[in-house]
Amino acid sequence: MTSDATSVQEDPTQEPGHDEAPASPGTTSRPAKGVVQIIQANQGWPSLGLKELWRYRELLWFLSLRDIKVRYKQTVLGAGWAIIRPLLTMLVFNLLFSLIGRKPVGEGIPYAVTTYCALLPWQLFSSSVAQSGGSLVANANLVKKVYFPRLLAPASPVICALIDFFVAFLVLLVIMAGYSVLGPYDLTPTWRILTLPLFLLLAVLTSLAAGLWLSALNALYRDVRYIIPFIISIGQFISPVVYETQAVIPARWQAIYGLNPMAGVIEGFRWALLGRGEPPGLLLLVSSLMVVCLLVGGVFFFRRMEHTIVDLV
Amino acid sequence: MSRYALRVDALGKKYRLGETVGYRTLRESISRLARKSLGRRDPDPIETPDTREIWAIRDISFEVAQGEALGIIGGNGAGKSTLLKVLSRITEPTEGQAEIVGRVGCLLEVGTGFHAELTGRENIYLNGAILGMSKREIDAKFDEIVAFSEVERFLDTPVKRYSSGMGVRLGFAVAAHLNPEVLIIDEVLAVGDASFRQKCLSKMADVASSGATILFVSHNLAAVEALCQRTLVLKQGQVVADTETARALDIYVRQSSAAHNPDLRSRTDRYGSGDVRFASIELRNSAGEQIPAARTGQQTQVVVTLETPRPQVSGFWVSLAFLNMRDHFLFKCRSDVVDARLDVGSNNTRVVCTFPRFPLYPGSYRLSLKCKANGGLADKISGAALIEVHAGDYYGSGRSATDPRGGVCVDYSWSAEGVSSPLVEPTHQRNSKP
Repeated sequence: MTSDATSVQEDPTQEPGHDEAPASPGTTSRPAKGVVQIIQANQGWPSLGLKELWRYRELLWFLSLRDIKVRYKQTVLGAGWAIIRPLLTMLVFNLLFSLIGRKPVGEGIPYAVTTYCALLPWQLFSSSVAQSGGSLVANANLVKKVYFPRLLAPASPVICALIDFFVAFLVLLVIMAGYSVLGPYDLTPTWRILTLPLFLLLAVLTSLAAGLWLSALNALYRDVRYIIPFIISIGQFISPVVYETQAVIPARWQAIYGLNPMAGVIEGFRWALLGRGEPPGLLLLVSSLMVVCLLVGGVFFFRRMEHTIVDLV
Repeated sequence: MSRYALRVDALGKKYRLGETVGYRTLRESISRLARKSLGRRDPDPIETPDTREIWAIRDISFEVAQGEALGIIGGNGAGKSTLLKVLSRITEPTEGQAEIVGRVGCLLEVGTGFHAELTGRENIYLNGAILGMSKREIDAKFDEIVAFSEVERFLDTPVKRYSSGMGVRLGFAVAAHLNPEVLIIDEVLAVGDASFRQKCLSKMADVASSGATILFVSHNLAAVEALCQRTLVLKQGQVVADTETARALDIYVRQSSAAHNPDLRSRTDRYGSGDVRFASIELRNSAGEQIPAARTGQQTQVVVTLETPRPQVSGFWVSLAFLNMRDHFLFKCRSDVVDARLDVGSNNTRVVCTFPRFPLYPGSYRLSLKCKANGGLADKISGAALIEVHAGDYYGSGRSATDPRGGVCVDYSWSAEGVSSPLVEPTHQRNSKP
């Protein structure tokens, strides 16, 4: 919090007995020149502190870099894991539904690509949430010893997951190019791919919103760490990862289905990359609204918690 | 009229005790919510006020002028760390407020956020960013940091392979190049070897003389004295003294020694097997009467009473160490060194250390006691007693040796004699000899 020293005087919470505001006449000392930082108990709903977040942007990057480097230290395959995880998952699903014989998707596009395309945003979400949910507790040694905007702790796993996402995304492009060249499908991207950044943004915001809620709650209630794996494993099946919404969910339920923000994100990805289904409509609208609510609520909840979070972790 | 860089006004921080409070489970909160909404009275102790609350600090007010170095000392649990945590924004105060002017650098720990898997180079950037440096600043100071840390050869080695000393050096090197306007430091000098500690201390003195404001918390009284002009003494979350450092240290040492209680049986800050335990300590004069203070040059006895709960005691010796008020060791009297055979077989024993002429300069001193028995440490009490020494005549000259720092009288003599030729020949002549 940065403010002018005289603003202290206007602070309604200050008791009259302690009124020694620097500007009042008769006091013996004045603050030195410079930016004045005021430390006091937090009242009511806090500001977002975006200015401060911007000042600490480099730290966000360094923390993310730390997490990425540490994740792949002493591993043989290193960043290869970013590719292997979605690829293997895709193969397993493909095999499974081949054995069952009926694939819960529309015609015209290989099931593998449909699934892989959904796995990209889903794994962005799931690995973000898995990491950022426990981020405050995991970074306790940092949180207890130095000040930084606590928001960075749940935000940096999202950045990490985003980097994995880009690596895996390149593989998707290769797969799509392979199908287009070798046939029999033509998966050449259309203009719709230009809308992909919007869906990616939506995915990132969803991940961040979930991370904020879960990390703050986890500092309060350690139950959360048992809930997170549950959210991830159930979430994969209530989100259209292995199936397509159109093919499985009845039309009249789709608005309600959109309350799961990842539903909007994943269908958006398919539409933008594979030209699948109708242009995003009600489902996407509901999902977007949901994300905005979750995110705004999450940020305020988190900021309210962050001032005393150190006493809990 | 000086300008302050830091002003603290009636600052207080309240903690709640009990394990269920800091670490709630969802079930408890939900059941609490349910009970509340049903209108039942809440038997949960979380809701009953003040029974399990503790003020770690309260009503702390002080100002630090720009460029001043302020020391903060106090015993364990006095609230030093809480105060620093509030001032460094790690946690929020419950009441009151503080104003800090300028860029703040906080060093509550050396190497905060170091990651064992990362290399020294990577950790320099990470740690720098955590402490609030920009990448450009770190780039600019990188070579200086590396040179200061003396770990050039290991820059690309993961920190987990560093010795603990190397990690500490690297951590301090980064922090030392932070260039803050207000520097808040906690106990960081308690680590590293002696020469590195000295290097850190002089680096901090540099920072202080460059006009930065420093808040320095330490148990190392000598370091506080070297660095700070003014010092706060905290006790149970309150400021009990805010004065020039020398006086503040005296006040602190006085309150922390069990000076006025010669009974040592109640002391819990002791180590050892307890085969022999110190029970009391007192001073006596040549007539064998107990005296409240010693005098330089007078015959004095330090009388220590021992308890031996177990009858079989072998290989017993006792040591009496004298320290000045800055905890600097002056000298000690060990019974085994002078070949004194002390028989402590019976239940209670009184051992007496006699000084024909008491050697300490006037002032206050701390006494530490240690004894060994049955091949191991039996009992040890640091700061077992605080003794006052009044001026007296050690050398039979009618004068008293004094020094504000305290000191020890040793036997010596001076003489002068006439010489006919220079004692030291010019050096070039000596060098020219084969």
